[in-house]
Amino acid sequence: AAMELPLSHSLASRAAALATGYLCYRRGSPGRGLALRSLRRARRQDINDVGHKYYLELELEDVLDKDSTVNCTAEVLYHLGNKNIAPDVQFTLEGELKNTDEADNIFYNRIKSPEKELVAENIPDSHGNVPPEMEPIRLLAWVASGYVIWQNSTENTKFQLAQIKHVKQVKRSDEYLEFDYMILLHDMVSQEIIPWKMTVLWHPQHGVQVTQDSRQPKHASG
Amino acid sequence: DQVFHIVPKTFQQVQHLQHLCSTLLLDLWKPQLPEDIRTGEDLHIRVSAPLVQEVKDSLDHHMISYKVVIPDVQKLVDQSMPKERSSDRQVPEGYIYTQYHPMGEIYQWMTQIQRNNSELVTQHYLGKTIENREMYYLQISQPSDKTKKIIWMDCGIHAREWISPAFCQWFVKEILQNYKSDPKISRLLQNLDLYVLPVLNIDGYIYSWEKDRLWRKNRSPHMNGTCYGTDLNRNFNSSWGSIGVSYNCSSETFCGSGPESEPETRAVAHFIERKKSDILCYLTIHSYGQYILTPYGSTTKPPSNSEELMHIAEKAAAALMGKYGTSYKVGSTSLILYSNSGSSRDWAHMIGIPFSYTFELRDNGTHGFLLPVEQIQPTCEETM
Repeated sequence: AAMELPLSHSLASRAAALATGYLCYRRGSPGRGLALRSLRRARRQDINDVGHKYYLELELEDVLDKDSTVNCTAEVLYHLGNKNIAPDVQFTLEGELKNTDEADNIFYNRIKSPEKELVAENIPDSHGNVPPEMEPIRLLAWVASGYVIWQNSTENTKFQLAQIKHVKQVKRSDEYLEFDYMILLHDMVSQEIIPWKMTVLWHPQHGVQVTQDSRQPKHASG
Repeated sequence: DQVFHIVPKTFQQVQHLQHLCSTLLLDLWKPQLPEDIRTGEDLHIRVSAPLVQEVKDSLDHHMISYKVVIPDVQKLVDQSMPKERSSDRQVPEGYIYTQYHPMGEIYQWMTQIQRNNSELVTQHYLGKTIENREMYYLQISQPSDKTKKIIWMDCGIHAREWISPAFCQWFVKEILQNYKSDPKISRLLQNLDLYVLPVLNIDGYIYSWEKDRLWRKNRSPHMNGTCYGTDLNRNFNSSWGSIGVSYNCSSETFCGSGPESEPETRAVAHFIERKKSDILCYLTIHSYGQYILTPYGSTTKPPSNSEELMHIAEKAAAALMGKYGTSYKVGSTSLILYSNSGSSRDWAHMIGIPFSYTFELRDNGTHGFLLPVEQIQPTCEETM
């Protein structure tokens, strides 16, 4: 029996943030980041000996084009007990996402064979600025952080990517692009800023993958 | 304006390019002079926007191949311009409300605002921060023979929430620019006094400019200077230390060594306590999340006037949405955000101030604390 939750309820917004992160990881690219525009409906079910399940109806927007939105339904299951298991998330998108092949390919070709590997810090900067040529790097981090957020969320956390402290491109002999990121995650519930290292792989046809990630001690971001 | 890169292949091409440069007075970046243009060597020229098409046509006509290496010179200039922090920029007429300002400039701004609007504005000392800096609030008060009720608004209790002090400054500017012409503001000032504290956590704010952009707390030292900062919004005497806090200094929600342990908290609390019978409304401005929060955070039991509080908050959120479509969630903190104790909003209500709200401004997390400067204006306009 699933109970209807008020849309502004803290548990509903945490589940929605988690679902959005997961979705963004699965569908995002350097040309497409997705953010939660609004929560349309939320229901919660207590499943004995299993955990808590949320049924959500979300409206998502394209980070680069706020007028481009898509509706989606998602189910989030937080497992009881063992905090080392990531929540299960399933989703269905209603409608199409904008095609980003052209932007993705331009970025891919720009970065693929550099004279010097890309290195950058503090994206956005203190004033919220992102240089235009860094926007795909930022979106890639946004997408990849969706993975980290998904893997580490509980009903008592609400993570967002706060800033990229440092990013370094890693040269590869195959067709993939690889980046080492040091990001800062913000947990709205505890208000903590958590540094996290992640290695991200991407190829226009193969999507985004986080191959390594590790939480860092608080003063590691320098 | 665009910058072209050309490598002339023949002497005819060189001649044509020299001709073009001198007749159209193009800006040669490399080489410096037309007579130094050579075959096989790089030529960089800046072409002003109105001439771009003409130059391209001419190059095409003469089969000179070119590459546009900078498609928009102004954009590049704007991006690379270092933020000017000179001391000539504190005059309010020239004060840029659509940028974030460091504390030194905010202090100067307060002085100027009072000086330029002395019939309405007075600056008052509130107390000192832990690092010995002076805290001031601005009182906006239309002279009258009746005592008026007070609306208190403080910004910047959490250092990293830069949009908050930006909003307090904007608010003051809007009131002062429009109180004569705008009937709503004029009526407001006839009946109410406004007290605005632009930055409550001054030490923390400065620290977020100079050392750690995402710092939240104040800068009080603990454990022999090995750990810093109390969360000022957990330090007020409202169910202090009971829930949603940490007793560990290294946490972002460390509630301090006791209620009102911090000088910043005491400065505000003592003042508000003294004036409480005249204070109608307590507002505290934060970011991010897009919420209008009502008491309490420490318990889900609703305050005595909760219906009225919600009704007003809902009207405010609707008005806000009417401006740019930004949607705010409204409700009690413990239900829609998280449990916390020791917040200034809860404390204000508990001592008897009927209307007490926390505003969490833009955005929803896409930029979070690092709200870009382009959003300062729309955020402030809709919140106004």
